Amino acid sequence: MGLNEKPLSTLHEKASYDLADFDVPAGREEAWRFTPLARLKGLHDGKAVPGGHVRVDVDAAPEVTVETVGRDDPRLGQVYVPADRVSAQAYTAFEKATVLTVPREAVASRPTVVTLTGAGDGAAYGHLLVQVEPMAEAVVVLDHKGSAVYADNVEFAVGDGATLRVVSLQDWDDDAVHVSHHHARLGKDATFRSFAVTLGGDLVRLSPSVSYDAPGGDADLLGVYFVDAGQHLEHRLLVDHSQPNCKSNVDYRGALQGQDAHAVWIGDVIIRVEAEGTDTYELNRNLILTDGARADSVPNLEILTGEVAGAGHASASGRLDDEHLFYLQARGIPYDEARRLVIRGFLGQLVEKIQIEEIRERVMAALEAELSR
Amino acid sequence: MSTLEIRDLHVAVEDKEILRGVNLTVKSGETHAIMGPNGSGKSTLAYAIAGHPKYTITGGQVLLDGVDLLELSVDERARAGLFLAMQYPVEVPGVSVSNFLRSAVTSVRGEAPKLREFAKDLKNGMDALAIDAAFAQRNLNEGFSGGEKKRHEILQLELLKPKIAVLDETDSGLDVDALRVVSEGINRFRASGETGVLLITHYTRILRYVKPDFVHVFAAGKIVEEGGPELADKLESEGYEQYTKASA
Repeated sequence: MGLNEKPLSTLHEKASYDLADFDVPAGREEAWRFTPLARLKGLHDGKAVPGGHVRVDVDAAPEVTVETVGRDDPRLGQVYVPADRVSAQAYTAFEKATVLTVPREAVASRPTVVTLTGAGDGAAYGHLLVQVEPMAEAVVVLDHKGSAVYADNVEFAVGDGATLRVVSLQDWDDDAVHVSHHHARLGKDATFRSFAVTLGGDLVRLSPSVSYDAPGGDADLLGVYFVDAGQHLEHRLLVDHSQPNCKSNVDYRGALQGQDAHAVWIGDVIIRVEAEGTDTYELNRNLILTDGARADSVPNLEILTGEVAGAGHASASGRLDDEHLFYLQARGIPYDEARRLVIRGFLGQLVEKIQIEEIRERVMAALEAELSR
Repeated sequence: MSTLEIRDLHVAVEDKEILRGVNLTVKSGETHAIMGPNGSGKSTLAYAIAGHPKYTITGGQVLLDGVDLLELSVDERARAGLFLAMQYPVEVPGVSVSNFLRSAVTSVRGEAPKLREFAKDLKNGMDALAIDAAFAQRNLNEGFSGGEKKRHEILQLELLKPKIAVLDETDSGLDVDALRVVSEGINRFRASGETGVLLITHYTRILRYVKPDFVHVFAAGKIVEEGGPELADKLESEGYEQYTKASA
């Protein structure tokens, strides 16, 4: 890369397995300025009280191999190198990792569900690797629940011509703290579909990212979140286009209600010089339902080549539309129900894009529960 | 037998007085046409009765069978038996027509309709208005043509069976075929004789299909002349000029 071709953003430049390579964040750093560090329970500064436990249960499709491995397994850390302090902390501290493998050309006959259940006080660390070998196809659901102080890294290796669909549910108890990096590396003509649903937890900071090893990769990163009073739910997306003729589409939608409900969405897309023919779009929309709730939404598109197929971003945060409510109420539908219909419609339009019916219904049911609270 | 009674209604929008003392009584079995030039306050009357938050009532009453609608919320008015067919029905993303209609019917009737019955009513209603069956799965008013929006308003009218229907420029933007289909829907609704219709329009065209019993001319925020169907014919030939001059 020449001098003028270096991305302006330096957020994602540093990567290391070594915790010592990262300073303890003070709160003013670009990567941390939205996150209430005091509520991280020490995940960021080494002061976390150990002794927590997050149980990992895997209900795998018969075609998928499940292994629990030690830290020294050479396959770990090949897809993703930690890019911030908490990620490095998790990488340094996890004891066992789970490895799911979908063999070459295998088509998993049903979703593989990984249930992560937090129990008890203290911090816990995790690591998950999902390997989808060339031409294979699989659906993986990550279901987070219970109470935890949890930092983890999740690696998705999507081989040439393979397809991986991931749904990650953050359905934690109210007091949970979760900081997570999900990184997908796509082979030639690989397809990656990710859907995040973040509902629970005191503080959730999820950073899904994608990189491309070869041309023809196609990534969809979708997500919905519902932020209640006092919750901090943060999603930090990064798509790094370094190969020609790849696609990415990012669409996150959230609803916020209650005092100090706080949503953060960061959408970084880099299109490097080599990435000619890139087609990318990123979008974030927030529905702010009450006073006292706040949404920070920062799309950031850096284009370093003139030869793109398409590149755009948009962000919009607003209140419920009075005209929508008036129309529904004018047909006799009471205010509360009219409001629910509009919110469900707003989020449901994304949920409908989940292709697996049972998962789509599960997500809708979780949103319904949130709406009727 | 129902009666909508509008008594000396005054309405303002952002401190500007739009309606200046409207008096009008609509009974079941009657169809009243309100005609007037653009900007005379016709639509304001419709939306103020329905309770749109943009309009401030500064005086008067609107009674439906003795109950003051102005004391009720928008949805309570609808459940009391008032219906407003809107001139510009709003698009609501992600809410399907069938889901919306079922919620509305459930709210107005006070109980969920039996699924099979509802499906049948819906299909019959859609067939009668020449609405494609796929329509039910589309998002509310999203991407509907002008004619589809109006037909969908009349479909709701037929399903909800209100005591009094206010139709705000339902004829605007319709071609002749759509106007005929929509008018037939209104006429089916009127046929029971148990409902009253307040038809707001700028043009006399729809009155050839939906015959009014009474015609009221609206200018500068109030009714300035009243008569039978023959008054519409007079407006057809002479226009509104004499009324706008008088009120200027």
